[in-house]
Formats: sequence, structure tokens, C-alpha cells
Amino acid sequence: MRPQDILLPAVAGLCCKPGGFHIDPVRPVERAVITHGHSDHARAGHGAVLATQETLDMMRLRYGENFAGSTQAIRYGEEIRLGDVSVKFHPAGHVLGSAQIAVTCKDTCIVASGDYKDAPDPTCTPLELVPCDVFITEATFGLPVFRHGDAADEVKKLLASVALFPERAHLVGAYSLGKAQRVIALLRQAGYDAPIYLHGAMETITEYYQSRNIDLGELRPVKGVKKAALAGTITLAPPSATSDLWTRRFPDPVTAFASGWMRVRARARQRGVELPLVISDHADWDGLTATIAATGAGEIWVTHGQEDALVHWCRSKGLKAQPLDLVGYGDEEESETPLQDEAEA
Amino acid sequence: MNRFAELLDRLAYEPGRNNKLRLITGYFREVGDPDRGYALAALTGALSFKHAKPALVRDLIAARTDEVLFGLSYDYVGDLSETVALMWPRAELAGHNNPPPPTLTEVVTTLRTLGKTELPKQLERWLDELDEIGRWALLKLVTGALRIGISARLAKTAAAALGDKDPHEIELIWPGLSPPYLDLFAWLEGRGEKPVNRDPAPFRPVMLAHAIEDGDFAALDPTDYIAEWKWDGIRVQAVAGRDDRGHITARLYSRTGEDITGSFPDLVPSLRLPGAIDGELLILREGRVQSFNVLQQRLNRKVVSPKLIKEFPIHLRAYDLLGDDENDLRELPFAGRRERLERFIKKLDDPRIDLSPTVPFTSWEALTAARADPASAGAGEDADAVEGVMLKRRDAPYLPGRPKGQWWKWKRDPHIIDAVLMYAQRGHGKRSSYYSDYTFGVWTAGDGGDELVPVGKAYFGFTDEELLQIDRFVRRNTTEKFGPVRHVVHEGDKGLVLEVAFEGLQRSPRHKSGIAMRFPRISRLRWDKPPREADRLETLERMLKAEPAEIEV
Repeated sequence: MRPQDILLPAVAGLCCKPGGFHIDPVRPVERAVITHGHSDHARAGHGAVLATQETLDMMRLRYGENFAGSTQAIRYGEEIRLGDVSVKFHPAGHVLGSAQIAVTCKDTCIVASGDYKDAPDPTCTPLELVPCDVFITEATFGLPVFRHGDAADEVKKLLASVALFPERAHLVGAYSLGKAQRVIALLRQAGYDAPIYLHGAMETITEYYQSRNIDLGELRPVKGVKKAALAGTITLAPPSATSDLWTRRFPDPVTAFASGWMRVRARARQRGVELPLVISDHADWDGLTATIAATGAGEIWVTHGQEDALVHWCRSKGLKAQPLDLVGYGDEEESETPLQDEAEA
Repeated sequence: MNRFAELLDRLAYEPGRNNKLRLITGYFREVGDPDRGYALAALTGALSFKHAKPALVRDLIAARTDEVLFGLSYDYVGDLSETVALMWPRAELAGHNNPPPPTLTEVVTTLRTLGKTELPKQLERWLDELDEIGRWALLKLVTGALRIGISARLAKTAAAALGDKDPHEIELIWPGLSPPYLDLFAWLEGRGEKPVNRDPAPFRPVMLAHAIEDGDFAALDPTDYIAEWKWDGIRVQAVAGRDDRGHITARLYSRTGEDITGSFPDLVPSLRLPGAIDGELLILREGRVQSFNVLQQRLNRKVVSPKLIKEFPIHLRAYDLLGDDENDLRELPFAGRRERLERFIKKLDDPRIDLSPTVPFTSWEALTAARADPASAGAGEDADAVEGVMLKRRDAPYLPGRPKGQWWKWKRDPHIIDAVLMYAQRGHGKRSSYYSDYTFGVWTAGDGGDELVPVGKAYFGFTDEELLQIDRFVRRNTTEKFGPVRHVVHEGDKGLVLEVAFEGLQRSPRHKSGIAMRFPRISRLRWDKPPREADRLETLERMLKAEPAEIEV
């Protein structure tokens, strides 16, 4: 069977005809299989949704109880038969509950990896390498200039700045699902045990992480705290809030942003970031190429991000590769509208 | 080097002046001699070694990476040094035996003596030893492109803070100092005497003006100010002084302190009285000031031939006196310095140096009239070379930098046309993700009816918000792409009209339209205007005819 008879890009997203479902559909469909809880992958309004318990819980928190007609939870390593194919979930290491989806039909196995990273993350299960025939990879940071380095060093940079400017508040922009909790966990690993403050928009999802037994230390809502009391503290906020009027409640804030985009100066300056922290929940160039090679797949489909470079690399290594034109994840062509795609990086 | 790179990296992102000062002073305190001295030299632009060409950096990366991947990366990052720093492959043999990364002193002193043929190998070794940020700083340093938004003044202020000194004191002794400034740091830390400036003709940091806005006048009293013409030439500082043996040394400096004496040997004999003149460099023919276009032909020449000197006779029009013989006049009020200047020029009595006249006025209305018609307000035949008026407070001392409310420049209104956006290209650096370079055109009769012909390119003048709007427009209205250039829809009823302001026009055989603009910038977005109502090439032709006659050389 040809791989494109199993999975094919369609208007609503990646469609599995023999299985009768879509993966991460961007429009309402009858049956959706969802890799993780970020809003461009997990949307409301589908008939039936198959995802990990964590992903389903996050969708419920975001969209309310009736976000789908029906839901079914699946565990890592669990296999389910859908139509003529079997579907198995494996950890993707991206955020809590994120999964790669292996779709097998007869003797052909395709892995749709969703978003993934191979870097350590104390807040989620590490990426599992899944041998397959076709590997569908993201390419958010699919250029060799993106090397994220050790996230612990970036957190040290943040703590050094807090020590240098004790009279200023440090505001860390971080996507509220995944990144924020990872930054908090990294701060705790680095020995920072003071209370960490949270923007209102982060509270629900962070509480959810804590309810899943992820230890984040003492967290406090920043709302209502006096300006002077915020000197020398660290507050996490959604990236959009760090350039907002909201920041006026802080004493001379240092604006940090935790994102893989911070590797490129122009990106950081464009946003008015003073302390760029290169911390990403996506694989960097070395991570993408190492993962692709390790799956043993002979054919690579590349989606959302810098497809050209990664496709070129695959071909130079003798792999069959093609960009997969999926729309709705990040920007339509260059993933350059900063607010949307950076928010999730 | 890594510590210095860290400082540069942090400074590049820090917008606040006081925080920048703290970061630099903190570095000077923490890092010892001679590294901090070379850092001060790098920040003040005082390092001198032969810079590596970008082509060399390209060759180095080409030998180590895939060409296509480099091309895509460079297009994305938009800065050569940064692209190379980020994608430089890790050294194969990472281990305990690796040499430690170089210090800043090692880099600077090696570069001074290194032969051209040894440079590539040396750079490669350093790139292998440094981390991402270290590599970035190294490449910026060796290519001489260390633009991080720090003025020399700020770096000196940070050094002064180390010893609680007034930065002005450092400015005064600065011309006599050289890297790595051991004597300066010793004095700042109370371990040594104050260094003495022995240069007979030092540069004095210049005082700059703010552009005045209509709303500013209400708060200003005309009697507090003296007005002069603003000449369309080059601001220079002409300094003469006696050395130990009593001989006169004369130097001409640009406004940034660059010594440009070599380009104007014909002016040197006129600088025979000890003193420091602040004035405008102009070309005078038969007593008449020529346009900037004419002056431009004398600039940036490698060889100053007798023919050039004869055809482009240089002239200095003086408007301030900073030093008179041994006396530093900078603390005097402007009115007092002006009197001294008038006496000085009279005593000098040289045909190549004259006084810039003041413009008498009693009210802002009277000055507005003078500015609108300089010819009948005293500028006479030189009116074409007047680009506006300068307002200087009578009581203002000569302060380096751009102090508030002391000096104002009030330019004449620029020329304005409405043109249609035709092509957009991505910017570099901070704008690498935006389409921020615009080629625009005006209508002209073509074979198949009216068509647009490009007349210029502009990449500033708009606000950040307008940049976002144009960027969005470009992305949504692209009809074709050629590499980084986008062809944007431009038809009679579809497209974007840009109001373009510019300073002047020149004939140019290199442009299809035959016309080149001077200093074009986007002054407004005319979302309201359909492209067919934009200006025509004939309008520009008429403006060109009205320009002062050009002399072909």
C-alpha cells in the first residue's frame, strides 16, 4: 500500500481515509485524533475525539465541557483499531500529554509526530523514538541556525539578571501551556525557591499541571500584589501581556521571553525583549535531524515551519522527502506573524 | 572574549540608558586590565586593525556547511555574522585538551600583527573555541561592524562612573589617551595621576541640535535665540594648535571626530591661528556656495588631485568658536562665543574661511518668512544652499551631545510626491522578518497606455505601526516573488499609494526613469488614494528643471 493511500493532506488537516479520521484537524470533522493540547492542534467542535487523558482535560479546561460530541482517552503504548488501520500513541516530549501517533495499515507504518522535542523536560514524558516507514516531522526550527542549547543555562542567565537588578521585577513571557510550567520547574531545579508569580491567564493550566503531581513549588497570583513588593521577583505571563499596559504594575520590569525564536536577535529585538531566553518545546535543528535519522524511516514528510531546509537536508542524506502543505499551523507560508507562532514556540 | 561578548549581547537588548551604564560600569569593575581597556576601545571605536572582509567570513562558513542551508539561514537571520555564529558546526574533538577560548586582549593584539594570509586559519581556531555569543561578538569585531547602540560618550560615562568622575573630564583628556588605557583606569581607581592631553589639535565632541516641531515654538521666546542659516554642506571642526616647539598643527575633523585633514589639504594653510572652529564645509565657486551634489563629488576620494582641488574649491563657513589659542571657550554662552568668533575670523582674514551670518528676526512669524525665502532675507545668491535655519540659545554653553532645548534645527519643507508601491524587499537586522524596503514608481506614458516606472527606493520614514500595516499589505497583495523581493500589486485601481518626501533630484542614467532622488523617505500612507491618482514622471521632470543647475564633471 502506498503511504499516501493511508494519510493525505486535506483541507481540514491530515486525513486517514481507511481509518475514517483526521489528525489535528483545523476544521470540525466527524472523527479527530489529536496529538496535544495547543490550540492550533486541538480545536473544539469535532464529533468524536481520541487523545490522551491530559490532552482531553486541557481541551475541556479551554473550551468547556461540550467541546466535542464524544471523547475517548488513550494511554501511551495503547493500540486501537479504527476502520482498516491501527492507531498507537507514543510520547512526543513536547508538553504534558503530547503524543506521536503511529498509524499502521497492513505492513506500512506512518508516524505523525505532531510537535516534539528531544530535550529533557521535567514536566512531561520524554520523546520515544518510534521506528517507522514514513515519519511526519514538524519543522518549526528547521534551520541550522536554531540550536537551543541547555535550557538550564538560560535559567541561570535569568537568575543572574535578578541578582544584578534586585530593585527591578523580572517578567518572563512564556506560552501558558507547557512552557510556563517548564520554566518554573527549571527555576526550581536551579535552586530558586522564592514564590513565583503568575499572570491570571496562567493560573488554570498551571493548577492542572500541579494536579497531575508536577511539583512547581510556591506559586502566587500577581493580581493585587503591591508594586514595591514585586521588586526582585519573577513573574510568568503570556507573551502578549509582556508588552501590554499590564506591565505598568511592575517596578521597572526586565522583559524576558522564553522561546526558541530568541536565538535570532532580530526576533528578540522586534518584540522589545531585553532578556531573551532560548528555551523551546520544539526540537532544534540537531534534534530534528537526529530524530529523523533515528526513526529509520526512508520517507520524510515535513510540515509547518521551515520545510525547505529540512527537505533539502533529508534528500542530501538519501532520504525521500517532501513538504506537506498543511495550513492552519502557524502562519500560512513563512511562519512569520510573530504573535501567533511564537506564542507556541 | 566570552565575558566581553556577554556584555555586548546584554547591551544589544537593553534599551535603558542607566541600565546600559550599570552593565558597562559593572564590567569595568569586574574585569581587569588590559581586557577592560580594549573593551573601552571597542565601545568607543578606538580599535585599529585591518578589518576582515565579509567575503572571508563567507568563505569560512562555505567550507564547513551546505550552501543551500547557509543561503536559507542567511535569508532568515538577515545578518552575516550572526548567521555564521549560530550555524558554525561544533568542533569535532570536544574534550579536555581543547585550548581555552581567547581573551579580548589576545584577539585584539593578535589581529594587530596578523598577516592577511594567516587570518582565515586564526579566525577558524577562535570560532571553534568560542560559544554562539562569543562567535557573534568576534565576527562583529573583526569585520568592524560592532553596532550595538552604544555611543562613545556613553562608554566614557560608564568609565567615569568607576571613579565618580565627571565624563566631561574624560572627554578633555581623551585625545591624548590610547588603548588599553592603563593610565586612565589607574586614575579612575585612585591609583595614579590624571593623564594629560598633549595633542596640540584635539577634537572636541560636538554639540548637536534637535529637529523643531510646530508645537515647540509656543514654549520658546524669540528673544532668547540667535538664528543662522542651516547650510547644506558638511559639519566639521577645524582645529589648529602649537606643539611643544611652537609649530602650528592643523586638523580637520568630521562631526564624529574622524580626522579628515588628508582629504582637504587645500584648507590646511588657512588654519594658521590657534583655535577650534565649528563650521560647515562647502564648495565655493566665484564666491557662490554650490549645492550638496557638487560637494559630494569631492568626498570619499582616495586621491585628491590638483584638478579636483581646482575645480572644487573648498571653503569653511564658521558658526562657532570652541577654543581661542589656549583658552577653552566652551563654558561661555553662545552670544559670547559668537563675539569671539567674529573677532577671530576678522583677525584671520582668509578668503577660504568666512563667517556664517546671523538671521535677524523679532518674532517666529518673521523667521518663518525668512526661512521660506532665504534669498531676500540675507542669504542672497547662496539661498539655494540653505536647507533651513538653526536656532541657538544665546546663553547656551557648548555641550557635547544633543542637550535638550539649546539648539534647534528647522529644515525647509521637503519636496513631496505621491508614488505607487511596486516592489518590497525584506529588511535586514532588526527588520529581517518585515518587508521594509520599498521600490515605488510614478506614471508615465508607455506603449500600451500609462505604466508605472520606478523612481526610487525608501526604507524609513514610517512608524512601527505603519510598518506592520505595509508588511501585511505586501504579504496579502504579492503577485510574484523573486528571491527576497516581492512584486506587489500596482494597477490603476489596486495598490498602495505612498507619499514620498525627498530633498532633491538628480539626473541618473542608471535608473530607467532617468531620475534619482536624494534622501527619499515615506512620509505618509495614502490608503485613501487610488494608484491612478498618484503623480506622473512629468511632475518630477518639472521639479528637476527647477533645481539649481548641475555642473557635469
